[in-house]
Amino acid sequence: MKIKFWGVRGSIPTSGADTNKYGGNTSCLTLTGADYNLVLDGGSGMQNVSFADPMIDNRIDILLTHYHLDHLQGLGFFKSLFNPNLEIHIWGPAADYDELHFRLNRYLSPPLFPVLLRDLPCKLHLHAINNSQFSIGALDIHARYVIHPGPTVGYRIKEGNKVFTYIPDHEPALGPEGMLKSSNWISGFDLADQADLLYHDGQYTAHEYLTRIGWGHSSMADAVLFARASQAKHLILAHHDPGHTDEQLDEIYAQLMDDHLCEFVCELAREGITIEL
Amino acid sequence: MPGYDIEIILNRQLAECLSIPVFITDTFGNLIFYNEPAEDILGKRFEDTGEMPVEVWANIFKPLDEQGISLSPDELPLVKTLKELLPNHKSFWIESLAGASKRISVTSYPIIGREKKFLGAVAIFWKADPV
Repeated sequence: MKIKFWGVRGSIPTSGADTNKYGGNTSCLTLTGADYNLVLDGGSGMQNVSFADPMIDNRIDILLTHYHLDHLQGLGFFKSLFNPNLEIHIWGPAADYDELHFRLNRYLSPPLFPVLLRDLPCKLHLHAINNSQFSIGALDIHARYVIHPGPTVGYRIKEGNKVFTYIPDHEPALGPEGMLKSSNWISGFDLADQADLLYHDGQYTAHEYLTRIGWGHSSMADAVLFARASQAKHLILAHHDPGHTDEQLDEIYAQLMDDHLCEFVCELAREGITIEL
Repeated sequence: MPGYDIEIILNRQLAECLSIPVFITDTFGNLIFYNEPAEDILGKRFEDTGEMPVEVWANIFKPLDEQGISLSPDELPLVKTLKELLPNHKSFWIESLAGASKRISVTSYPIIGREKKFLGAVAIFWKADPV
């Protein structure tokens, strides 16, 4: 499983010399393997995504965690949607009162976007999911709702004995007690349990989080606690706050490592890197 | 043990913020959480008991009607909610194992989560003045 980070910024894209190191594009990752081409979220990083040619089965699967704009704004600029030879499957959380294509159409339609979803040249298939389990090629995928405003899922993606967990927007510490101690009371625990690689929301410093409780995101410190509770082996802190420059992120990370003795690998997500599991 | 759905977790987090007694049960009536104000009613601490099977916690106090006659479980709001998946409300007396009686009101509601899935129930206890 080859995992590439195309966008790791949260909330809104940033550009400029002071965010070049970690990158300014919003959430988008790809997973590639022997029999699958997967895209996780459609943030602005998606505009740069390309797959090896010839493509496996001429099929791409896009897994959306939710429909906030920073996870969707790159979708209309994903070149493969305009390729009539490709079969594209979009998976995203269901909503009780709105079908998936209506949700996507809110963005992919005028006046916000000139092209309608139904007019896309590719062969498009939409899959509304809940707390679900499904397979794509060799991947066994579990989706489960997590704490974040609106229907939002995280993904546990397993190939062989390797597990990658993707929860870019998540606030497991929401509540007066913070994150609860019993694992069965922790949002997202089942997804991250003993993951080889955990990609998790770490938008704020612990100090910033105090004035952003309920916004749906985690402090880096809470992300470390979450990784520790779930016994993840490698934590990637992501969804960087758009207000944090590279220099600030380096300082915040250094302080985090001083404050928390991590028994697992812990690093900041960086646009453009690839990790192989 | 699989984790609770976030609808249940968020109900617990809400209950932890409230100064009124709140009980949360699973779909079978097992008591999976009660907050600090509810500890007075049960005479037990959640930290000590943890989750309690329905047959254990339902026997901690005895519900009585206005005439002091025992109420059958089917007349209790929480039991009705678990059976009918509808909100309920009722005032009645409870007698603790120590023999103390007090009049209370109970409001219960089902937790119907995403996918319209029934996940459990919440009972809120209010102080009620004697009739």
